Amino acid sequence: MPRVKVARKSTAIDMTAMCDVAFLLLTFFILTAKPKVEDPSKAEVPSSSKEKLVPEENLATISVGQKGKIFYSLTGNDNRIGALTAMGEKYHITFTPEEQKIFSVTEIFGVPMNQLKAFLAMNGDEKAKFVQPGIPADTTGNSELSNWILTSRQADKALHDKDLDVAIKGDKREEYPTISTVIQILEKQKKFKFSLITDLKTAPKK
Amino acid sequence: MAELDTSGGGKHKGGKVRSKKASTRVDLTAMVDLAFLLITFFMLTTTLAKKKEMDLAMPDNSVKTTQLPVAATRSMTILLGSHNKLEWYMGEPGKSAPTVDGYGKDGLRKALIENNKNVMATHAAPDNTMIVLIKPSDKSTYENLVTALDEMNITNIQTYAIVKITPMEIADLQKNNIY
Repeated sequence: MPRVKVARKSTAIDMTAMCDVAFLLLTFFILTAKPKVEDPSKAEVPSSSKEKLVPEENLATISVGQKGKIFYSLTGNDNRIGALTAMGEKYHITFTPEEQKIFSVTEIFGVPMNQLKAFLAMNGDEKAKFVQPGIPADTTGNSELSNWILTSRQADKALHDKDLDVAIKGDKREEYPTISTVIQILEKQKKFKFSLITDLKTAPKK
Repeated sequence: MAELDTSGGGKHKGGKVRSKKASTRVDLTAMVDLAFLLITFFMLTTTLAKKKEMDLAMPDNSVKTTQLPVAATRSMTILLGSHNKLEWYMGEPGKSAPTVDGYGKDGLRKALIENNKNVMATHAAPDNTMIVLIKPSDKSTYENLVTALDEMNITNIQTYAIVKITPMEIADLQKNNIY
């Protein structure tokens, strides 16, 4: 009987299809990627059963975390420059075009006006290490946080003719008084509708 | 391996000696490696879970409107205390003893559903909805507030408001050791 010879198959695999798929996925992820922004407030948001998504533009976010520190973030590079210029006029600080440019790409910050220039001059590494003291806020209606919100709203109105949405992003363990201060600031500016940022928790069974 | 095979032609008989055509097969392994590396990178740096938001409307306090008084029996007051505890009472303060409760399914939610049923049964339509006043004390956390607001949504209570707590109510929370 002749021995049955098993034809040796080549171990080479055709990778063309795999390559196609890999690049398709790569393209998808590159196009949908929105890089994570390092949030200095480290706020761990509480969960709720609401499913409404946070808008991606035309939004000012007030983050409260790390024992009552307040951080501020504004969308839109032109809004940021507008707000910064107006704030500079209010507090008599002139920002160079260079500083404006840096500020326009600053996603979130939590420094008082008198430290802002120094903060903008830092490089990425220093910024990451720097412990931001938070934006001063009180209920008088003339605090720095209040002015930031006001100038941002004015800038948004002037540039896009829209009313800026305001969201509060608070840490779970944050005590109520700080949140109350923020709410009162918004009320003083007649901004009665705003949103609280939450995480989705699975809807409870009724 | 993974290649494109387009190499052509052997030796022509008796023809000129042609330079051997180099194979156009390309090894794709490195490219695939790179592609997957980049996929991994983009997958990890992208934000997949988008944050949700809860809309909150505070009453406009700049305009003074005259409103008809509502029956106190329709209102339920929730005082948010410390240690994730709350207490609630129906009607006017001091008239009925407050109940100390927790958040969650068997605490606040149960109370809300039961009280709402009672109010619905004892009042005539259309003014028979329960009005909830949420009074966060300084010792309560932001999570407590969000949970309380979320319970309003879950139990389908339409009229609720965040109100400033009074010293009397703080004293009451202290009495119950949750301040």
